[in-house]
Amino acid sequence: MKRRSFLKGTLASSTIAVAASAGLLTPRHVLAAWPESAFEAENIEDAMSNLFGTADNKAADSINIKAPDIAENGAVVPVTVSTTIKGVSAIAIIAEKNGTPLAANFELTSNAKAMISTRIKMGKTMDIIAVVKSGGKLFTARKNVKVTIGGCGG
Amino acid sequence: MAKSIRIRAKVKGQTATVKALITHPMETGLRKDAKTGEMIPAHFIQEVKCEHGGKTVVNALWGAAVSKNPYLSFAFTGAKPGDTVKLSWVDNKGKSDSAEAKVK
Repeated sequence: MKRRSFLKGTLASSTIAVAASAGLLTPRHVLAAWPESAFEAENIEDAMSNLFGTADNKAADSINIKAPDIAENGAVVPVTVSTTIKGVSAIAIIAEKNGTPLAANFELTSNAKAMISTRIKMGKTMDIIAVVKSGGKLFTARKNVKVTIGGCGG
Repeated sequence: MAKSIRIRAKVKGQTATVKALITHPMETGLRKDAKTGEMIPAHFIQEVKCEHGGKTVVNALWGAAVSKNPYLSFAFTGAKPGDTVKLSWVDNKGKSDSAEAKVK
């Protein structure tokens, strides 16, 4: 009996080890990188400094935010951010007046083009702020979106 | 788990454009259940990773402010038709899924 349970135990632990080495457990590692403090920050400066380590930013004309002027449904606001700035390592989307302004941050590698689109929720009429990180510096642009029906809660 | 990801990748010239739709409730944790009046717990995707040829191209970190059934699109260089792009996500409850698509 003892030998049997011993075998079972070793088998079980070895499957875990195999799973881990095969990368099946990587989501856990990935999860650790999620910047909780930035996503929970309640103002833009905190969100930016928790995410990028600094809130210093420069307004840049070379960032283009494509979003509707008037969004009928705040629960689904399509946003496209693109820029001609070189060497972009991250693009973040911030919804200025949401309870937690930071909506998303896209980390881009050197192969990726500096263009991303997604859809976000907006509680009310506000500015969308795009933050582009390039060479350790932050560049921002804003676009106002009028929301007729809020999309955070009901 | 049923496949939650629809992904398409198309190459044009030097640039491949990837478009993906993920089926996910993306609950903020701020909404109330209309019937019971209880708060619906937060349930949203935190991280979406896209790989090409084993290398990460885009790593998206999301908050609860991304819309339900999220859509994302991005582009990258260096892909040929027939290459595989892989997309995977992890949510705040530790659930995950991944899908692969051939570049057209």
